[in-house]
Order: sequence, then structure tokens, then C-alpha cells
Amino acid sequence: MARTVTTQRKVIVTAIAWTIAIAIFFPILWTFLTSFKTEADAIATPPKFLFFNWTTENYTTVQGRSNYFLHFWNSVIISVGSTVAALIIAIPAAWSMAFVPGKRTKDILMWMLSTKMMPAVGVLVPIYLLFRDTGLLDTRTGLVIVLTLMNLPIVVWMLYTYFKEIPGEILEAARMDGANLTREIIYVLTPMAVPGIASTLLLNIILAWNEAFWTLNLTASKSAPLTQFIASYSSPEGLFYAKLSAASMMAIAPIIVLGWFSQKQLVRGLTFGAVK
Amino acid sequence: MGQIELKGVTKRFGDVEVIPPLDLQINEGEFVVFVGPSGCGKSTLLRLIAGLEDTTGGRIEIDGKDATDLRPAQRRLAMVFQSYALYPHMSVRKNIAFPLKMAKLSQAEIDKKVEGAAKVLNLSSYLDRRPGQLSGGQRQRVAIGRAIVREPAAFLFDEPLSNLDAALRVNMRLEISELHNSLKTTMIYVTHDQVEAMTMADKIVVLQAGRIEQVGTPLELYRTPKNRFVAGFIGSPKMNFIGGTEAQKHGAHEIGIRPEHITVGTSGDWQGRVTVSEHLGSDTYLHVQTDHGIINVRSAGNVDVHHGDTVWLTPETANIHKFDANGSAV
Repeated sequence: MARTVTTQRKVIVTAIAWTIAIAIFFPILWTFLTSFKTEADAIATPPKFLFFNWTTENYTTVQGRSNYFLHFWNSVIISVGSTVAALIIAIPAAWSMAFVPGKRTKDILMWMLSTKMMPAVGVLVPIYLLFRDTGLLDTRTGLVIVLTLMNLPIVVWMLYTYFKEIPGEILEAARMDGANLTREIIYVLTPMAVPGIASTLLLNIILAWNEAFWTLNLTASKSAPLTQFIASYSSPEGLFYAKLSAASMMAIAPIIVLGWFSQKQLVRGLTFGAVK
Repeated sequence: MGQIELKGVTKRFGDVEVIPPLDLQINEGEFVVFVGPSGCGKSTLLRLIAGLEDTTGGRIEIDGKDATDLRPAQRRLAMVFQSYALYPHMSVRKNIAFPLKMAKLSQAEIDKKVEGAAKVLNLSSYLDRRPGQLSGGQRQRVAIGRAIVREPAAFLFDEPLSNLDAALRVNMRLEISELHNSLKTTMIYVTHDQVEAMTMADKIVVLQAGRIEQVGTPLELYRTPKNRFVAGFIGSPKMNFIGGTEAQKHGAHEIGIRPEHITVGTSGDWQGRVTVSEHLGSDTYLHVQTDHGIINVRSAGNVDVHHGDTVWLTPETANIHKFDANGSAV
């Protein structure tokens, strides 16, 4: 007998799904709304939800007070730079682990991932001192280096999983056909792994864009990305919720736009190989 | 061109010796089939010749030159894989052109050769499709096309027909044989299917546990198998083996008789009861329970015998194979 799904049941399930979705999304929605309030409305009790004086003054104030575009460019350079650097290191690394595994390949992969299990603050002091002594503090180069290294394990792992899905016989065919290692990677492996590489790239850009611990601790002003821009509104000036919200919205807008346009690619990449 | 010689070739994976020292001579223009049960090392042997695996010991010579340490591409061999191994992101044209592009031929030359190969393989109308849009047989033809454009010294086939359905397999088998007749290039073909081996080969190499059991023409292997393994592996349905007193009568530890060398009648040497009868029209296959165990019989034409009938079987004395206690032919 076929299972019957009643309309009532559908309505209930849909309502539950929407409630959960809105609950999860609520903080972002509230930040968005607050960014258009006056400071008085922002802290009003009871809170004003939609009926307040809509204003864009926070955005103009924030832009006037700090240099948004400097931070924006720093974010772009740091996230894209660290992602590209990580890919350049990780593609050959993942290739060798996926196609010429040794006895210890699994151990190496686990060891690499285990570095992510340690709290970042555990290595803050040595890295800070290293950066101070090498003049890398508050430089984009320094942040690119540290974020590349921080995300490298995840990038290698993701690429390794995607490469594992590619049949080794195809690479062997390329070898028989006269391709050397470089050509094999450029003409055969990379085009076949494009969905995987693209989603790794996007995910890593997002991770690097939102990374706050290292960007806050290793920068002051010159090379500070948007995380620093948000943070600068949180404490020293007291409770300016509306301006803080406006700064947050300005900081996350570019990455939301990127995520929105690339969501198809992201989902395709993340489920790569799951459905053939 | 296309003479391949293996001298004491050995392969180990860690402590496991997959191929003990092995010698083999493959002559120019020969169609050689490596056959054996799964895990017998036939694919490994092919991969050693291709250069996709490194040898642990011994020498591989191609056209008299040492090729043991050459990279796969430098050996001038082309390989057709079981999974076809086509480049899924390239059109059929680009797939076939890939080895030529790697060899840095001019675009005009590449186009000419690709068109030529496509014509031979009936692929001309599919050149702009992706492999994913082709049927299994067409994909296999593209893989063959990619191999022939290189004009290699020899072709290596690694179970190329196992992924095809039965009807297509027979067709492709003929196509590959025809290709060999027209190109006259050395071909080494790996299969576990002894029918493919028997129908295509000039020379069959029967392998077991990495060792060569026997090398010979299909009919040599069929008529004079060197040992019990080859006798049982070559021929379909399989040879019947009988031990005990019946074998001693023929002065052997064990005797073997092929199903087609037994006649069915109302009187004869061995009495038995038919357990299964298969009527194919052209042939009749009988499984007969006798005092010597189940005996398979193959009779030409239709034999009017059915399940439960009692029959008498008589082996053709001239076609009885005798084996000693070690399984070697006497």
C-alpha cells in the first residue's frame, strides 16, 4: 500500500522547518535590521522589530570614520592569496597521496588534520614572536602565510577525497599516451577535478575571509582585514549597536554575494562522487 | 618492429612474490593472449611490460633494446584498458588526438590521423561527442582509436571486453582480430576468458600464481596440455577428471577426458543417470552421475536424453589425457 502524506502533515512539517530555519537565521536578520536603526532604536525596550525610523546614516558614518575599502582589499588579498597558495601546495600533495600512496599516507593525513584539533591560542605566543622578529606583524604577507598554513590540512583533505574518486586508469592512460607528470596534472587530473577544486577554493576563501583569531591578533591597522574593521566598533567606543551592525553587514556582504553566486558549484563540489 | 622479450622478470609487492622469475619471447606481429584465473598475475605482467609497474628484477627488451627503466611513454606501446579510461572531459576527437598532441605533432597531421582512425573504427559521426554520450562498444572503439593513431610497436589490451554484454563482446572480438590482420602489429591481450583466448590468439600463455604453465598455439594447448591445470583451464565445458582404479587401468594417477570426446549410448564403459540435460539445438550438454562422480558430456546435435534417464558413456581412448601424481601430463 502506498504511503499517504496528508496535507495536514505537510503543513506541520513545513512549519517546523521554517521555524528552525528562521531561528538559525534570526541573528543575521536582527543585525541587518539593527544596521538601519538609530542608536536609540537599536537598544529600545521592548525591541522594535520592523516599525522604526529606517535610516542609512550608520553606513555613511561607518564609511566616513574608517576606511572600508582598505579593509576590503586586505580581506580580498588575504583570503584569495592564502587560498591560491594553499592550492598550489595541496594539489601535488593530494595527487601523490591519492595516486601513489605509501605505507604511512593515512597516518600523514591524520597527523595533518590533528594540527587543526589544537586550539589556535596554543601557538599564538610563538607565532607572534616569530612574526615580530621577522617583521611580519601587521603585513598582508604575514597573514597570507599564516592563513595558508592554517587551512592547508583541510585543503589537502578535501582535494585528496576528490582525487580518490578519479579512476587511476585514466591517469595511467595519460602516461601511456606520452604525458609527463606536469602534463598529466594539467591536462587530465585538474580538468577532471574542477568541481572539487572549485568548491575547495570557494570554501577556503570563505573560511579565510571570516577568520578572526589570527587576523585580529597579528594585525593593527595597515593590513587589517574586515574582521578588524568590525571589531573596531565593538569595544572602545561603548555600545554602538547600530554602527556595529552596519559594519558587520558591510563586512559580510561581499562573501554572501560570492556564496550566493557560487552555491551551485559549492553544492556540486561538496557532493562530488556521492551520486554518480 | 614489436618484438618483446622478458628475461627473468620478477615482481614483488612487499614480501609477496607476484611474479617469480619469468622468461617469455613475443615475436613481431604475433597476437599473444595471457590467460589464467583471477589473481594469476596476468594483468601485473602486462603492466610490467607497459611500464606502469616497476620490475623487481630481470630485464624487459623491446625490439632488442633494454626498456626495463624506460617510462611508459618511451616504450612506444599503446594500451587499451578494461574501463576504457577515456578522458571524460574531452570530446572523442580530443581523446583520440591526445597522444598525438603529447607527441607535439602539427594540427594538420593530428586532424588527418584522427579522421583516418575514426573512419576505420566507424566513429566519424561521433567525433564531437563526449565519452559519456557513447555506448560501451563505442567507448571501447574510441579507446582502440586512441591506441592506433600512435602507430605503436605493440598494443596491450587489459581485459578490454569484460565490461561489454555478450553479443557485443563477440562483435568486438571479431573487430580486434580483423584489426590485427590489417595492422599486423604485435598485440598482447589479457583475459580470463579462455574462449577469447582460443578464438583470437596466435599464441596463448597460460598463467597460474605468476608462473607460466604452458605456452603454445590454441590447438596445442587443447590437444596436448602439459599438466592438469592447463587441461582443466582450456576447453569449454571443462575436462572431466577421473582418479582411482579407472585411472590405474590406463597406467596413470588421474585421467582427463573432454566432454566432446565421450559418446552416449545404450551400452558402454560407464553407466550413469542424467541429472541435467541442456538442449541447445546445435549441441546437447549432459551432466551424468556415475560411479566416478559427475561426468559432463557434450554431443553434437540433439540427443534425445532427459533428466533421470540411465545412459552409458564411452570415452574415446585416443583422446584420454593421463596425469601423474604431480598433475603433469604423462
